[in-house]
Amino acid sequence: MTLRRLVHCALALTVAFAGLAALYLNLGAEFAGLAQLLVYVGAIAILIVFAILLTRGGEGGEERSFSPASLAGTAIALAVFAVLAWAVETSGVAHPAALPPTPENTMREIGLALMQRYVLPLEVIALMLTAAMIGAVILALREKRSPMVDGAAAESPGLSGR
Amino acid sequence: MNPLAGCLLVSALLFSVGLAGALTRRSAILVLAGIELMLNAANLNFIAFWRYGTHIHSAADPMTGLIFVIFSIAVAAAEAAVGLALILAIYRHARTSDVSEMTELQG
Repeated sequence: MTLRRLVHCALALTVAFAGLAALYLNLGAEFAGLAQLLVYVGAIAILIVFAILLTRGGEGGEERSFSPASLAGTAIALAVFAVLAWAVETSGVAHPAALPPTPENTMREIGLALMQRYVLPLEVIALMLTAAMIGAVILALREKRSPMVDGAAAESPGLSGR
Repeated sequence: MNPLAGCLLVSALLFSVGLAGALTRRSAILVLAGIELMLNAANLNFIAFWRYGTHIHSAADPMTGLIFVIFSIAVAAAEAAVGLALILAIYRHARTSDVSEMTELQG
């Protein structure tokens, strides 16, 4: 977050996401770790790089400035971290007496839970992803040529079935 | 150190870094990246409490934390796609991705 060039920031962000995925795998959440790897490292990092490319933000980078606003932002972030760390250190929830055993066979339980108890949220999230994809395509194509909007709206359900 | 407390500290650090990025950087793309980092910190908390929390022995569904993380990742994907499309539209309109120059609505 302190690097000057946008592309370097995007690369550092990708490394951070990959590290988080490794942490998820280490914690026994295989499905969440692999989903994190696919979605964040695979999709969102590419999206961010494309956005940097299309907005030409990679050229030159922004100049280093220590404005009062950025100093205040850093101070706020440090204060938030201090409060969170203090809360973690002093709470009893974060220091249980005994650690539970590693959960086993979670992949099968995830499938069962998604298909039985969480069917409705699953459908809602699928609908929301479709709507978000159509909205993103329409937003990104607008103001170019107005006949393109109809074509984009007509063909985007095919695109959104990824 | 207790692994749960370690995970929570890592998550707090991630959240603070994301907050600092969202508050101090002026490129809209990096503001969005900071928001993604904060969302990831929340996900890490969910996973940590799912793994080390005491809920497993209670009557609640033991998979709730994991399912929440999966849905959260899906929502984050949609949010990133729409956010980056918005940044592109604003860039095409205002020829800048610097949030401190977007002052059209300033009174």
